[in-house]
Amino acid sequence: MLSRVAASIYWMSRYIERAENVARVVGVNNQLVLDLPGQDAEQWDPMVKVTGDEADFRARYGGATRANVIDFLTFDALNPNSIVSCVTTARENARSVREILSSEMWEEINRFYLFLRQPGARERALWDAHAFFREVRRSSHMIEGTKNETMEHGEAWHFSQMGRHIERADQTTRILDLKYFLLLPSAADVGKPIDDLQWGALLRSASGLEAYRRMHGRVAALTVASFLLLNREFPRSVQHCAGRAQASLHAVTGTPARRFANAAERELGRLVADLDYTDIGDVVSTGLHDFVDTLQEKLNHVGNEITRTFFAPSSGSAPSD
Amino acid sequence: MTFDGYDTEGFHDEMFQADGSPRPEARLLVERIESLPAGELIRRHQAAERALLNTGITFTVYGDEQGTERILPFDIVPRIVTGEAWEPIERGLKQRIEALNLFIDDVYHDRKIVRDAVIPAAVVESSQGFRPQCAGLDPPGGVWCHITGTDLVRDRDGTVYVLEDNLRCPSGVSYLLENRAVMQETFPAVFEGLGVRPVNDYPSRLLQMLEDVAPPSQSRPSVAVLTPGVYNAAYFEHSFLAQQMGIELVEGRDLAVVDDRLQMRTTRGFEPVDVLYRRIDDDFLDPTCFRPDSLLGVPGLMELYQRKRVTLVNAPGTGVADDKVVYAYVPDMIRYYLDQEAILPNVPTWLCWRDDDRRYVLDHLSELVVKAANEAGGYGMLVGPASTPGERREFAARIEAAPRNYIAQPTLALSRVPTRIAERFEGRHVDLRPYILYGRDIYVLPGGLTRVALRKGSLVVNSSQGGGSKDTWVLAC
Repeated sequence: MLSRVAASIYWMSRYIERAENVARVVGVNNQLVLDLPGQDAEQWDPMVKVTGDEADFRARYGGATRANVIDFLTFDALNPNSIVSCVTTARENARSVREILSSEMWEEINRFYLFLRQPGARERALWDAHAFFREVRRSSHMIEGTKNETMEHGEAWHFSQMGRHIERADQTTRILDLKYFLLLPSAADVGKPIDDLQWGALLRSASGLEAYRRMHGRVAALTVASFLLLNREFPRSVQHCAGRAQASLHAVTGTPARRFANAAERELGRLVADLDYTDIGDVVSTGLHDFVDTLQEKLNHVGNEITRTFFAPSSGSAPSD
Repeated sequence: MTFDGYDTEGFHDEMFQADGSPRPEARLLVERIESLPAGELIRRHQAAERALLNTGITFTVYGDEQGTERILPFDIVPRIVTGEAWEPIERGLKQRIEALNLFIDDVYHDRKIVRDAVIPAAVVESSQGFRPQCAGLDPPGGVWCHITGTDLVRDRDGTVYVLEDNLRCPSGVSYLLENRAVMQETFPAVFEGLGVRPVNDYPSRLLQMLEDVAPPSQSRPSVAVLTPGVYNAAYFEHSFLAQQMGIELVEGRDLAVVDDRLQMRTTRGFEPVDVLYRRIDDDFLDPTCFRPDSLLGVPGLMELYQRKRVTLVNAPGTGVADDKVVYAYVPDMIRYYLDQEAILPNVPTWLCWRDDDRRYVLDHLSELVVKAANEAGGYGMLVGPASTPGERREFAARIEAAPRNYIAQPTLALSRVPTRIAERFEGRHVDLRPYILYGRDIYVLPGGLTRVALRKGSLVVNSSQGGGSKDTWVLAC
């Protein structure tokens, strides 16, 4: 397929996934605050930190109140990672390749975009946040489901899968990092009920609480980290996402498993192998924050190599990070 | 909603006779619409418009910073054409396209028609679409105008005239196909009862035509649609047609001339393109041949085309016949090349570069429609009866300054079709743009895009000027 088209599909999928994850984090935090009255600023502050646009936020909004953060992360057109910006970029990419997408899938992307641009959406996100952010997640799922059921699982689909899973892996590390910020000032509080609430919320933002309980029962910090990083079956764990991205990458090139024919395959192969032979003890000895940091770097690397291998010299909408 | 009190107001109405009764072919539809429960037609109309918005069947409004996309307003009452009325239109269009194609080929070769003094050389060479670079080109099968959208109108007495020939990159066929899809969902029973001729095979006929005009080769030709990109007003259509045909939609930056072939950049390296359905103007095709500042095209493309390594659709230079002065000579072309009389008449046309014609036009500005010879989209136009003295003075000055650029025609009383305006039906003026494909032979898509002037009394149907569209039903008999 055309390099430009492959790039657009890849970025379209990354941006939809990014929008979904912003909604996950905001939605869950919004609920968590209900259980932790009187800590408004403390709860909203870390959310700005993990998005990576903290300086911009401080300059334009000042304090991290609920309304400010929701607005910045959801509707702010100047924030390239706000839900509205992500979906607009995704739709621009989709529009430039809509002949490749199934009509049904394009329609779902377009609906998502129109939903966010509805009059009154801003107000609704504040007074009916639960329903609003659930609708954002649902829109992303509709796109993904429609894609899987209406598009042939050929090259275009595999590039979309790569984008989805690399972005999701990256977002899961960010969600974990969110917890790192939460824990830092109160290391002594580990194991207290309030901590359980927070780790539970973290799992819920990855739709993982129910699966976690079935597998592990009680919520415990290390088990949660292990679950989100290393579980092979849970669809939002980094390990699972890296494996799925690898399968699609090899489906595109036809390179046999455990071999590589280009730098993208080599980088991603190394990452998957590393995770294969990591246990939570390694994570603890490295330190959760450092481990997650390195992981994000490696994922970035994989993304760059995919770009160099398949999309250069003409690429779709340039990434903002 | 009912048609009670609907008034044809002395115009030719496509649905009702002068005495207020429906035409026989429209009776079933009128009954069906009138039998719908109160509010149902409006509800269906709104559902149809919402469906068009959700599927993103939109055009981009130029000059709007937000890049606003709008749907082409769509009216729920279709226009019906009987098989009997359609037959001469189809024959007339085939005849016209055949003659126009012979004319274009002649212009870029021996110019017999000029030597025989049927058309002045000055008219040909001053046409904005004339490209001297195309002299001597021999497109495969001798076909230049592969895709044409010819605008037809019907006057008060029922006569169908050709208003203009769009031979460059006529757009609108995607609206026609989508309108049909929406109408089939809205009035399934009426479709069954009437025997409406299908249009849904257009994309496969288009693909067939594109493959038929490929350069000679052993394997199945590779075809692509070339678009200026996502910000072009007709981008939806480019993408829609590529999707429906299952072929690549490419931009200039995806293409390069490599190893003496036109190739596109793919994830597996370069892959060849044999036929390019280009939706960009001649001037932007190849900076080494036409406009040097164009970033939309491909350097070296024309040289490949000249050597028949790739086919361009429509052929470059085709626009020479897409000029309102050249238009006036089409009946003469039909006589000259085919030895036949035109089946579909032209609207009588005064050419302002002729002294007698210009004097007449300047004396009768308040009765005539004056058009710029090279403008499209309803721009550069004066509708005499609706004009102010100031506008007429301005046009008189423009005509005096550049007589070659202007033509004038009588103001036709365009036929009307009932159109839903809020809670009632009112007559609105329409034209019709059928689409014609020319590959191995000439094919006319039954019907076409009916464009409707939604403003009361307006004769301008262009989407940029407040026009909308209707589905067009050509009946089996």
